[in-house]
Amino acid sequence: MRDRRAVLRDSLGLGIAVGAYGLSFGALSAAAGLSVLQTCVLSLAGFTGGSQFTYVGIVGAGGATGSAVGSALLLGLRNVLYGVRVRPLLGLDGWRRAGAAHLVIDESTGMAIAQPADQPELARTAFWATGLSIFVLWNLATLGGALLGNAVDPRTLGLDGAEPAAFLVLLWGRLAAPGGRRVAALAAAIAIVAGVTLPAGLAVPIAAVAVIAGGRREPASGPDHAARGPRGDDA
Amino acid sequence: MSWLGVLLLCAGCYAEKLAGMFLPPRWITGRPLLERAVDLLPTALLAGLVATSALLVGKHVHADGRLLGVAVAVVLLLRKAPLLVVIVAASAATALLRLLT
Repeated sequence: MRDRRAVLRDSLGLGIAVGAYGLSFGALSAAAGLSVLQTCVLSLAGFTGGSQFTYVGIVGAGGATGSAVGSALLLGLRNVLYGVRVRPLLGLDGWRRAGAAHLVIDESTGMAIAQPADQPELARTAFWATGLSIFVLWNLATLGGALLGNAVDPRTLGLDGAEPAAFLVLLWGRLAAPGGRRVAALAAAIAIVAGVTLPAGLAVPIAAVAVIAGGRREPASGPDHAARGPRGDDA
Repeated sequence: MSWLGVLLLCAGCYAEKLAGMFLPPRWITGRPLLERAVDLLPTALLAGLVATSALLVGKHVHADGRLLGVAVAVVLLLRKAPLLVVIVAASAATALLRLLT
């Protein structure tokens, strides 16, 4: 039987590692031309790392607001699935569920689902500890990164090289999932072709059609990738 | 930079999270094809973002220090380096190459 303190320690450790990553979001957002306030509002009220990076990446490359918001929300669709998966574990009602919803992200969902099914109290501890520690640190780090990005020339700092690396970090764990590499390779090819032929900002949403390369079904023997793309019981 | 996109994105992100918490679960689960597509969407979008941000300048393919940054990031990710270390090293490699060429 796992003990609550071990869950807390794991959750806070993950929170610190992931939250600190907000530094790169803040810096890239500033480099893309968003103000410090806009950058902080995205982290406070948006609070979905992948979607935030996507939005500033497309806007910074001259893409239209519509493609940037649309692509970011496509990326965020997985949070709908996450909510469905964690809510039976949390056992909340009404407005409390609306509060918990804000903390539904990859890491809080992954940690909650990774706990033993017969100990829902551990899943709750994991969800809140991971979600809250990431929320606090992600926002502090965002502010720091935005101030830094505003203070220096982004090209001198090499932030144009940090941008693809930041997306690669988010992509990395997903490549191991069944069909992941096929989908990624096709999407990259589509994005480049669309990028040189179509107006700015359309390449990324069009690359979404690459999901068809993933096949119809996930092989039953696929590796467990709960922390990245949780697929737990819907109890 | 306009506030419209920032506010739309914040509202949209929260709406997605609320949908998962409040919609009848049967609308969403029990549809393997839909779940599979939603699970793979981030892979496709992020791969598209890696490719365009590493290779394009406007509408042209242009190889520069960004590729070195990505190469450094791949090596560090294979060695399981902390996320922030990966990003700082990729920026430094890009900046250094720019300084030298």
